[in-house]
Amino acid sequence: MAEFTLPANSKVGVGETYKAPTGAKNIKNFKVYRWTPEDGKNPRIDTYEVDLDTCGPMILDALIKIKNETDSSLTFRRSCREGVCGSCAMNIDGTNTLACTKYISDVKGDIKVYPLPHMPVVKDLVPDLTVPYAQLASIEPWLKSTTQPPTRERIQSPEERAKLDGLWECILCFCCSTSCPSYWWQGERYLGPAILLQAYRWLADSRDEAKGERLDNLEDPFRLYRCHTIMNCTKTCPKSLNPAKAIAEIKKMLVERTI
Amino acid sequence: MSVANRPVHRPLSPHLQIYKPQLTSMLSILHRATGIALAVGALYLAVWVMCAAASPQAYASFQGFNTSILGRFVLGGWLFSAFFHLCNGIRHLFWDAGYGFALKDAYRSGWIVVAVSLIATVLSWIVGLRLI
Repeated sequence: MAEFTLPANSKVGVGETYKAPTGAKNIKNFKVYRWTPEDGKNPRIDTYEVDLDTCGPMILDALIKIKNETDSSLTFRRSCREGVCGSCAMNIDGTNTLACTKYISDVKGDIKVYPLPHMPVVKDLVPDLTVPYAQLASIEPWLKSTTQPPTRERIQSPEERAKLDGLWECILCFCCSTSCPSYWWQGERYLGPAILLQAYRWLADSRDEAKGERLDNLEDPFRLYRCHTIMNCTKTCPKSLNPAKAIAEIKKMLVERTI
Repeated sequence: MSVANRPVHRPLSPHLQIYKPQLTSMLSILHRATGIALAVGALYLAVWVMCAAASPQAYASFQGFNTSILGRFVLGGWLFSAFFHLCNGIRHLFWDAGYGFALKDAYRSGWIVVAVSLIATVLSWIVGLRLI
């Protein structure tokens, strides 16, 4: 049964406020979720005043500035700073996105920053992604073939290759999965939009020869059919992909093979 | 026990509490809520018919509730539930056939469903009153 409230150890309290240096004129408040395993306390929201005149344009710029200049204990994942690695996925201003491609100027008022929703927290903005990674492994995201390998590349026509567009671009940031209420309530049994888009990526690949086996593994009330076409996934995807569409295509494949 | 060895009870990050309500999720939960309302409303209609079968007094007292403010609210809500569930159900049929997944299309169809079910509710309410 879905739990709509947070457990007692997860209730969020009010934290500290870190003032901007005196003389700062263009101040924006960043309200950031903080939790550390070290002090045994509940999570809290710390407020950081950031001087935008000395800060880059992106949310990630502000987080790095806070870590460099105000509070070195602030913990978050980041790497490429250009939307191709998926490390800095987090909940900003109420929706999931990448901190590196989200403009500070796109948010009106205070900027609320939380970790990806309904995930165990490792520290501050770092969620534990063990379950989604295990789910990714469960769909066996690699090319499978039973026939003798060709002596050269496995050839695809331009049309066959085009079927992978909108699928291969996924960076596995899990913004979509953690925006999905179905994944919140059934996340250990429902695979979630990110993994199902990956599953479809291999189902749609003309070179793959394990379509039947892949569909068998997905034909399950929970793994696939917990998708109720809510479409939060497509709404939130920072790469503008369409996981809801990919899931619908899988459902269609399952119908089509029985008729 | 050292900090390193202590079992960690990780908090769950906030979800419903912080996620921005948007048309996608709101219409989805409304579809479920109207489905429940229709099931309960069917019982309500059954009681209405049973009152009619029981006695004129029983029917009159039920009718008294129907014409009260609360009664009208219940019937109006049931009517809207019926139209919304029907329209959004058709939207779901298109999705099941693989159409209307582009975000723009999903938003357009969502607003159409809201508008059509509101208009149909008001129109059928007016037509119903004229027929009495």
